[in-house]
Amino acid sequence: MSPLDLLLEPLQYDFMVRALATTVIAAVVCALLSCWLVLVGWSLMGDAVSHAVLPGVVIAYVLGAPFALGALVFGFLAVALIGAIRGTSRVKEDAAIGIVFTTLFALGLVLISVTPSQTDLNHIIFGNILGVSQADLVQIAVLAAVAFAVLVLKRRDLTLYAFDPLHAHAIGLSPRFLGALLLGTLALTSVVALQVVGVILVVAMLIIPGATAYLLTDRFGRMLVIAPVLSAACSVVGIYLSYWLDAASGGLVVVVQGGAFLLVYLFSPRHGLIRNLMVRRRSVAAV
Amino acid sequence: MSATTRPATASARHAVIQVDDVVVRYGEVLALDGVSLSVGPGKVTGLIGMNGSGKSTLFKTIMGIVRPDRGSVRIDGADPVPARRRGLLGYVPQSEDVDWAFPVSVRDVVMMGRYGRQGLTRRARPADHAAVAEALDRVELSPYADRQIGQLSGGQRKRAFVARGIAQDARILLLDEPFAGVDKRSEATIVRLLKELADDGRTVLVSTHDLHALPHLADEAVLLLHRILFHGDVSEALRPDNLARAFGLDDADVLGHANSGRANSGRANSGRANSGRAGSGRASSGGGAA
Repeated sequence: MSPLDLLLEPLQYDFMVRALATTVIAAVVCALLSCWLVLVGWSLMGDAVSHAVLPGVVIAYVLGAPFALGALVFGFLAVALIGAIRGTSRVKEDAAIGIVFTTLFALGLVLISVTPSQTDLNHIIFGNILGVSQADLVQIAVLAAVAFAVLVLKRRDLTLYAFDPLHAHAIGLSPRFLGALLLGTLALTSVVALQVVGVILVVAMLIIPGATAYLLTDRFGRMLVIAPVLSAACSVVGIYLSYWLDAASGGLVVVVQGGAFLLVYLFSPRHGLIRNLMVRRRSVAAV
Repeated sequence: MSATTRPATASARHAVIQVDDVVVRYGEVLALDGVSLSVGPGKVTGLIGMNGSGKSTLFKTIMGIVRPDRGSVRIDGADPVPARRRGLLGYVPQSEDVDWAFPVSVRDVVMMGRYGRQGLTRRARPADHAAVAEALDRVELSPYADRQIGQLSGGQRKRAFVARGIAQDARILLLDEPFAGVDKRSEATIVRLLKELADDGRTVLVSTHDLHALPHLADEAVLLLHRILFHGDVSEALRPDNLARAFGLDDADVLGHANSGRANSGRANSGRANSGRAGSGRASSGGGAA
């Protein structure tokens, strides 16, 4: 079999084409968002929100409402609860996050167990990229387009928010609004990504690409290009591997992304481990 | 009483920053206790106090980040909200509040001063690029414009943020501890720059616990320890009895203490708490004897 066949054979199947399209869309939006999440220090918050949307998605499913609506409501609810617990008790933020998101996630599991059609909802937890329908793909594309547009249009404000929220406030912008915008986009993006890798692994797509790009450049503008491109490439590789190895696609997408991070962590010409060690040795030798 | 609060003559005429009877509480802690202050234009005003004296809280109240439990703040005679929207307020943060590894260039940081004047997506126009270039020139950082912000020295970092205020054309500049981690030569450069900006008619308010820089830097000084202890001439502010009150210490300790770091203020606080407890202990033992 020629290398070209390796690439083309899976594309004979409609479900594989849809899987690849969905994965690339989700990877790009998640990666874009991850650039801000890793810089604001919201990785844990990303983890929390992406899990906490589960009951919202289940309730939306039961009511026949859009998944995104349920996810948004529960995403904000989670953040409000975390803030309330931290603000009104002696419990610290990381503990508050842990309590709220696991409880909401567990509530989602309970709701799934009492919902008649279990199979569909189990896919939300583990992802079901190979079972994406045409309608799913359209919904994902619309949500992703909204999140993408918000992030690209407001990228400078969001970067200011991440870098210096006090200055944003001083010049009359609202850091609170910008934070809410980022959270809203996070909830939307979680819905997009959970189709691909499932709720449990969404957080990987929301953290790894941004962290990887951060090790490659000192320019935020370049991070916003590197992260989505890298993430999309890793995701495509992951999907192909899952086809040829007949293994879990969501899992492989994340494993490939993690592998790419490892390579960059070791070999990044700017901030890689090996380069840092060499610089240190050189400076020691110079002394 | 030389140490009583008195409004400086210029600021009485036209106060750019007007703080009236502000009280700020953080739970049990009273950070600001009835602070009234007016700061006039065209001057550098030094805000002196030890760590934990309420300097940062006062700054945050002036910026509208902390809402006072009582009292009010007026900027240029008007409500602070429209004043912020007009870009009147420029802020130079404390070093430890900045993520120096953040992937932005010096030019990017200075451009952030222009965001209030730009459209929805903050796309830079030629006027914005010109203002940024001019501001960088003014603080002598043009050759470093494309460096990542963390690759500057301590003094250059401060100047980059001052340049952001210049690009913003802020009429009021608030600087929080600008001399921490800055070498003497850079300190002199920053002092010169701030005096120039004040000569332009801007209002410059600098919080610092570095008393050595003060006589060169400031036209007037404010001593703060949860309330305003003194507002007036720098030389008078630096008199040992005034400093002793501001730093809550014996005269001899003042200069050494004022220049050391955060650990000391913690010790000062716990010292105060201990003496309070010792006092009540004595009172009860006295009661027993009676």
